[in-house]
Amino acid sequence: MYGYLFRRLLGTIPVMLVVAVFIFLMLRLTPSDPAAIIAGDNATTEQVAKIRGQLGLDRPIVEQFVIWSGKVLSGDFGESFFFKKTVAQLIGERIEPTLSLAFFTILIAVFVAVPLGVLAAHRHGSWIDRIVMGFSVLGFSVPVFVIGYLLIYLFAVYLDWLPVQGYQRISEGVGGWVQRLILPSVTLSVIYIALIARMTRTSLLEVLSEDYIRTARAKGQIERKVLFRHALRNAAVPIVTVIGLGIALLIGGVVVTESVYTIPGLGRLTVDAVLARDYPTIQAVILLFSFVYVMINLAVDMVYTVLDPRIRY
Amino acid sequence: MNALKRAILAAACTAGIAVAATPALAQTTLRTVMHSDLKILDPIWTTAYIVRNHGYMIYDTLLAQDEKGDVKPQMVEKYETSADNKAYTFTLREGLLWHDGKPVTSEDCIASIKRWAVKDSLGQKMMTFVASIDAVDAKTFTIKLKEPTGLVLLGLSKPSSNVPFMMPKRVADTDPNKQIEDFTGSGPFVFVKDEWKPGDKTVYVKFDKYKPRAEPASGLAGGKLAKVDRVEWRAISDAQQAINALSKGEIDFIEQPSHDLLGTLKKDPNVNIVISPMLKAQYVFRPNTLHKPFDNPKIRHALWYAFNQEDFLMATIGDENYIKPCKALFICDTPLATTKGMDGLLTSNAKKAQELLKEAGYDGTPVVLMQSTDLKVLTNLAPVAKSLMEKAGFKVDMQSMDWQTLVARRSKKDPPDAGGWNAFMTAWVIADVMNPISTAYVNAACEKASFGWPCDAQLEKLRDDFARETDPAKQKAIAEAVQLRVIEFTPEIPVGEYVSPVAMRKNVKGFLTAPVPVLWNLEITK
Repeated sequence: MYGYLFRRLLGTIPVMLVVAVFIFLMLRLTPSDPAAIIAGDNATTEQVAKIRGQLGLDRPIVEQFVIWSGKVLSGDFGESFFFKKTVAQLIGERIEPTLSLAFFTILIAVFVAVPLGVLAAHRHGSWIDRIVMGFSVLGFSVPVFVIGYLLIYLFAVYLDWLPVQGYQRISEGVGGWVQRLILPSVTLSVIYIALIARMTRTSLLEVLSEDYIRTARAKGQIERKVLFRHALRNAAVPIVTVIGLGIALLIGGVVVTESVYTIPGLGRLTVDAVLARDYPTIQAVILLFSFVYVMINLAVDMVYTVLDPRIRY
Repeated sequence: MNALKRAILAAACTAGIAVAATPALAQTTLRTVMHSDLKILDPIWTTAYIVRNHGYMIYDTLLAQDEKGDVKPQMVEKYETSADNKAYTFTLREGLLWHDGKPVTSEDCIASIKRWAVKDSLGQKMMTFVASIDAVDAKTFTIKLKEPTGLVLLGLSKPSSNVPFMMPKRVADTDPNKQIEDFTGSGPFVFVKDEWKPGDKTVYVKFDKYKPRAEPASGLAGGKLAKVDRVEWRAISDAQQAINALSKGEIDFIEQPSHDLLGTLKKDPNVNIVISPMLKAQYVFRPNTLHKPFDNPKIRHALWYAFNQEDFLMATIGDENYIKPCKALFICDTPLATTKGMDGLLTSNAKKAQELLKEAGYDGTPVVLMQSTDLKVLTNLAPVAKSLMEKAGFKVDMQSMDWQTLVARRSKKDPPDAGGWNAFMTAWVIADVMNPISTAYVNAACEKASFGWPCDAQLEKLRDDFARETDPAKQKAIAEAVQLRVIEFTPEIPVGEYVSPVAMRKNVKGFLTAPVPVLWNLEITK
């Protein structure tokens, strides 16, 4: 297994390299100019050209790539074109809100979706099953920002229970931290609840028709144990896969949710950087997201071996 | 709905969600949402308006324009002009301090003027008249001129980007093409760099040792009284969320609430919408004079007949309370406003426009019109222009893109079919377009002109005449001549003005009528 792990880690290198080349070229070939944005509306062509020179954007693309990749290999992601901060500093400042949002989202999603999926499978064909599946379709269909605005209107504007927007760092108080994460996490978790609940139901339905389940019931095992000890454990591999995919997909979700709720996380940093054509920041954030994606997939593969002892690498 | 409330409350309690009250904030913290997030901190290095606003928080100016647009002393106690109008002597007020506690000196101001003048177009023009700038003593300095000009007072009181903000000499000595890294100012607020989190918030605290002028605040002049202890610029990019936050009292002030959401805010009894007559902007159509068909001034001139201002304004702002059709090139209700030469223009006389196009020999070359799709106040301009131009006989190829792509593309001089362009539309805040020198699109200095690169010796001579003139009446006559030449040569077409109201909680008082939204004088009452 360690050999497999090593090979997989080694395999991330070409993946990251391809991502790096792709994102670098994509940004350079996009019709945009960070220098013109930095210079502002009143700037002359000459002023824009000077800034372009200072940023090194007047050099050939190959030269720019060699300089950038050389720095990245030594752990230096460069300085943001706009913020007068290193990209590492910017990411460091933004990582806590995103991790917090992701943590709460997955927590809510798993704790709501798995029981819902089990319940739907157990009451297959009943009105409960239909309601859960109906919710699932709705959760897939309604865009995150629509859910966000509806929840904001209800819980923040109309009922006045929760803040409209903003983020409070955990170091400034756990209460405020949790309070400000409730609405964004619930908003973001809806789609994952739909996804995981549906997968749990399907996977469990398949397992519930297996001989060993019938045997367990025939032996007089209580239904709760049949469901959770025998069925759910054997249905866990696809569920874990979906949860893993969900965590990876969160990367896209946080971009919208952080923008709606004004959370200063990596999602908003990405949006701001893209809108401002802040090349060093975009490149670093995309590389980071890609690395996280690869690592999550690896972690999911490792969890398989724990859930199903038959799986060995 | 009570039943619904109870049900939701029960669900929330069951889930163990602790609903805490929003933490109380200090009474004297003013929480604002500005038109954009602050990313760059050097107001001389960039012309971005948000950086200019940041500059007004922490820096001060030697002179400033009051509510009427008159130039008043600000950091200076007095200024004197020599009998031959070829020298200005400025004397700084006593007790002015930088945020680090050191006194403001003449040397600081001289270095600041020099750095500003390298970057700013009005400053550059002013410096062509300047023979020397010398310190007389720690509080006095002189600007000696090669020949008289009105640009010294106009330049040093320039209200918008780039504003000649004063900085300590050690900061002002920074290469103008590099960003400063020390943000020591002498203005009413101090920038708290440690709390500056781009994408989240920008924080300022009151500068206790700031010495305001004794006169009441008026426009950008008079006593700059910081009446709150702390100001936080919150980066809420979503317009609807900013409105929600204001209604709930999570913020106190929005600099530019979206026009289409003002109806919602008007219904809120806790919110005031303030229309400041000076917070106006002017829409303009900018042709590229380098390429066909707009390399022909006669073809450009036909646009004056093709367009009308009402269509542009209603398509973008859509509310008669916030728009003002105005044919004056240098903004209605300002000292240089005139409608001379505008009779019959901007009335969508398609027939006349067609005749002019025929006379000019327009051969049907398509006009590549760039449309910005992501800035709400600009999005609908290009479709209106396309429609009106097509009625007049133009062939229009409207190409949609985000503003940043447009900004990049407009700096390209390539032909339209090779990545260049023929025209785009934008908006200027009025502080930038109130005279022939600061109005960027009236500059017709060929290569040195702004994007579109008009080249017209006659217009440039008029601008030079304006720069040399010190008599306001004669300046106005020259401005009229500039307007007439602009109509003939058509480096730009103004297509209407609109106001950007500010929104604030009812307990926020003291917003000043100025061409820039400034936050001194604002107080939070109980």
